[in-house]
Amino acid sequence: MIELSDYLVLAAILFALGMAGIFLNRKNAIVLVMSIELILLAVNFNFIAFSTFMGDLAGQVFVFFILTVAAAESAIGLAILVVLFRNRNSINVADLDSMKG
Amino acid sequence: MIEQLIFYVFAAVLLFSATMVISVRNPVHAALFLVLAFFNSAVLWIMAGAEFLGIVLVLVYVGAVMVLFLFVVMMLDINVAKLREGFIRHLYIGIPVAGVMVVQMLLVVGSGVFAPESLPEPAMPIPEGAANTPLLGSVLYTVYMLQFELAAVILLVAIIAAVMLTLRRREGTKHQDPGQQVRVRKEDRLRVVKIPGRRQADRE
Repeated sequence: MIELSDYLVLAAILFALGMAGIFLNRKNAIVLVMSIELILLAVNFNFIAFSTFMGDLAGQVFVFFILTVAAAESAIGLAILVVLFRNRNSINVADLDSMKG
Repeated sequence: MIEQLIFYVFAAVLLFSATMVISVRNPVHAALFLVLAFFNSAVLWIMAGAEFLGIVLVLVYVGAVMVLFLFVVMMLDINVAKLREGFIRHLYIGIPVAGVMVVQMLLVVGSGVFAPESLPEPAMPIPEGAANTPLLGSVLYTVYMLQFELAAVILLVAIIAAVMLTLRRREGTKHQDPGQQVRVRKEDRLRVVKIPGRRQADRE
């Protein structure tokens, strides 16, 4: 039988992989957005697992809303990337220094 | 037993594809591995009893969001070699941080606070033998009505924001302006010129 801890461990490793992706691809903005998707997927895994093993529907409703917000976020993020590439001809995060931050 | 085997196979493929997403050189391959990761997650969600969300993950993510990703990746002409600079250098920070996080979360999971008997009573219990999709719908349109509407507004805002961000008027391109086309009057375009015909000239 599959335990709750199986799902939680899987989600934890997935979350750490997304986190590592943010560290490793610090220059490539597209892979950064993909890493954020992985992190959100790991969070959704936790919600689904708890919803199943507690017999509580609220977790699945929450996943529904997270999916909605994540889709909106990635659409706007990609639009920003397209505008960025049009203006600076690069998506290198290191090039984004016009605000001297 | 067979259920457990299926779980481990799909979990292994999921973790493998997630590793490839963050480590492959070509962003197109990364997007395709992300598609594989979403498919495997959908299978695991369906195994956990969340059929509706599993199908939604395939429809919305694989069908729409990943196509958007691939579209953007292929539209932009990216110099991959330049973006890979510092990959090895950041490996020495990224791997330890990720490792520490995994160990910490494993300690929490293994400590028994999430043992089945220590979980609280469900606030919104799932009835025995109920189908997932009608159940989710019946809650979504009653208890979570306001949140559902807010999610719709967020999607609308995202549509308008994405269109407005990428909209541009380029100089020197030829395009129609329907408003101006409709506003045109006969006097602006047509000039009636009186030309004396031959017969009339002969008569005089």
